[in-house]
Amino acid sequence: MSQPKKYWLDNPANVTKLYRLFWILCLLLIASDFFIHRHEDFEFATLFGFHVLYGFLGCAVLILAAKQLRRLLMRDEDYYDR
Amino acid sequence: MTGDFPVALILIIGAALIPLFRGMARGAYMLLLPVAAFLYLLAVPHGMHAQVELLGQTLVLMRVDKLSLLFGYIFLLAAFLSVIYSLHADDVTEQVTGMIYAGSAIGAVFAGDLLSLFLYWEVTAVSSVLLVWARRGAQSGATGMRYIIFQLLSGMFLLVGGLMHWQATGSLEFGQIGLTGISGAFILIAFGIKSAFPFMHNWLPDAYPETTPVATVFLCAFTTKLGIYALARGFAGTEMLIWIGTLMTAFPIFYAVIENDLRRVLSYSMINQLGFMVVGIGIGTELAINGAVAHAFADILFKGLLFMSMGAVLLRTGTAKGSELGGLYKSMPWTTGFCIVGAASISAFPLFSGFVTKSMIMSAAAADGYLVVWLTLLFASAGVVEHAGIKIPYFAFFAHDSGKRCAEAPRNMLVAMAIAAALCIGIGIFPDTFYSILPYTTDYKPYTASHVVAQLQLLLFASLAVFVLIRTGIYPPEIRSINLDSDWFYRRVAPAVVRVARDLIRGIQGIGATAFDSGTRWIIEISSRESQPQGLLMRTWPTRSMALWVMAMLLAYMLFYYLG
Repeated sequence: MSQPKKYWLDNPANVTKLYRLFWILCLLLIASDFFIHRHEDFEFATLFGFHVLYGFLGCAVLILAAKQLRRLLMRDEDYYDR
Repeated sequence: MTGDFPVALILIIGAALIPLFRGMARGAYMLLLPVAAFLYLLAVPHGMHAQVELLGQTLVLMRVDKLSLLFGYIFLLAAFLSVIYSLHADDVTEQVTGMIYAGSAIGAVFAGDLLSLFLYWEVTAVSSVLLVWARRGAQSGATGMRYIIFQLLSGMFLLVGGLMHWQATGSLEFGQIGLTGISGAFILIAFGIKSAFPFMHNWLPDAYPETTPVATVFLCAFTTKLGIYALARGFAGTEMLIWIGTLMTAFPIFYAVIENDLRRVLSYSMINQLGFMVVGIGIGTELAINGAVAHAFADILFKGLLFMSMGAVLLRTGTAKGSELGGLYKSMPWTTGFCIVGAASISAFPLFSGFVTKSMIMSAAAADGYLVVWLTLLFASAGVVEHAGIKIPYFAFFAHDSGKRCAEAPRNMLVAMAIAAALCIGIGIFPDTFYSILPYTTDYKPYTASHVVAQLQLLLFASLAVFVLIRTGIYPPEIRSINLDSDWFYRRVAPAVVRVARDLIRGIQGIGATAFDSGTRWIIEISSRESQPQGLLMRTWPTRSMALWVMAMLLAYMLFYYLG
């Protein structure tokens, strides 16, 4: 029997590499705030790190809140068939 | 060329002839229909064409202006892509109804009066339910019934509202209506059902994930965008829409995070995207309307692309549930790539279509100082990254390997996805070309250094939050389950109320029947007992007691006589 083909992503160490690379990319993006002058209709949106924090916290809060909503909303797949 | 032939009929009449063709010829013929209609639209001059006199009113079957043309183009493009996507299945019912459905949606877009709008409106409802039923089986039947009830309800509101509007204004013309009086409210509800307003939305995540891959691709393009078109035509600048739209961007993303069926995730995601468009229409400035209809155009492509990729997964593996999938990039690399393009487009990454369309709506909201709206839209944008940008491709194609190995999607599906993906990127890279077909001329510039950096920060850090939560195991796992939505009220509460009421009525009937039963039995018993030889009715009475009774009756008679 032939060995199933191994993919680069099958190795967890490689996934960790990608994860760290993503962190580095994000940190570089924060650094860009020092160089690029920002224009926004709302003044507060030009504050250092506004979009960074809003994106991260917004998404984290969304996921955690949705996870709690499962207690209220989640049912078995055949709920309506019973 | 005059525009006196309704473009919708090219597709609708053309659909009737589809069964006459077989195999390759049928495919070629079906692709020819939207192409012919498109060439016709390119040649038709702006203005009111195909006018018919009826009931002292002028019906306009071809109102050609920039707004109707934009939706005409994208609907034809969607029909073209859906046909390519359907070629492998060769299901003639699906293809004929799909073509009629697309044709009637296009007819509604070019209708210049409320009556012809209503007629086309109803044809989209009836033809689309046949697509919902395309999967066949008992469950599909029930889903389709719930779907068609909502669609017909929308038609009823449009009919009644339209008649009242006619009575009030003396005209059937379909122009700006606004929330003036009850007729405006009725018509807004009609459009709102199609656009999946909150509490009128549940037909969408209920029906779209329950049908065949091909039928869903047809469905996702037309009904909701027809609603958006109608709102843009009739209710631009209606402030209430800003708040309705804001709500629509925010609440479905919570469902999208915890939903297991990936096509249902896309359905919730669709309501979220519709919310952005509704906000734009509510703001009503030129920039906002441009943004709303441009986003509708872009959404048909990237949402269609995402539904196509999940449809291909469903076709090949038999499921679209996150809990059953994973690791499919090994088997379906092309589908994976196209799905990622769709995901990047809906997430509004720079160089993809969503970036150049959604940002117009965001800018319009900020320019008019709608702080809460703007913050909510920004939150919803971060939410899109989570459920459509990452969750869809990640759980289907990556995550943990499900061990499923299947063939790549059929070639026709890949072609349809490739064209849609190319258009998503094309719009993102050449926004000015795309902006030139929008209703209002604009010099909007999406690609400023400030805007690109802000957007990248928002999107990448939203992604980072997802990755951190996945790596730490906090991210909610995909579980075989469903989530209660407003359909709970009509699928659980209403039937329960009916059941209780029925039991109650039966109970009262029961008590009544028992009382009636025992009452008659008592009378029969008494009368039969008293009919015995010594009973009250049968015994012989003395004459004096008879005279006494007669006297009592006479006295009573006299008494009544004098009192009277």
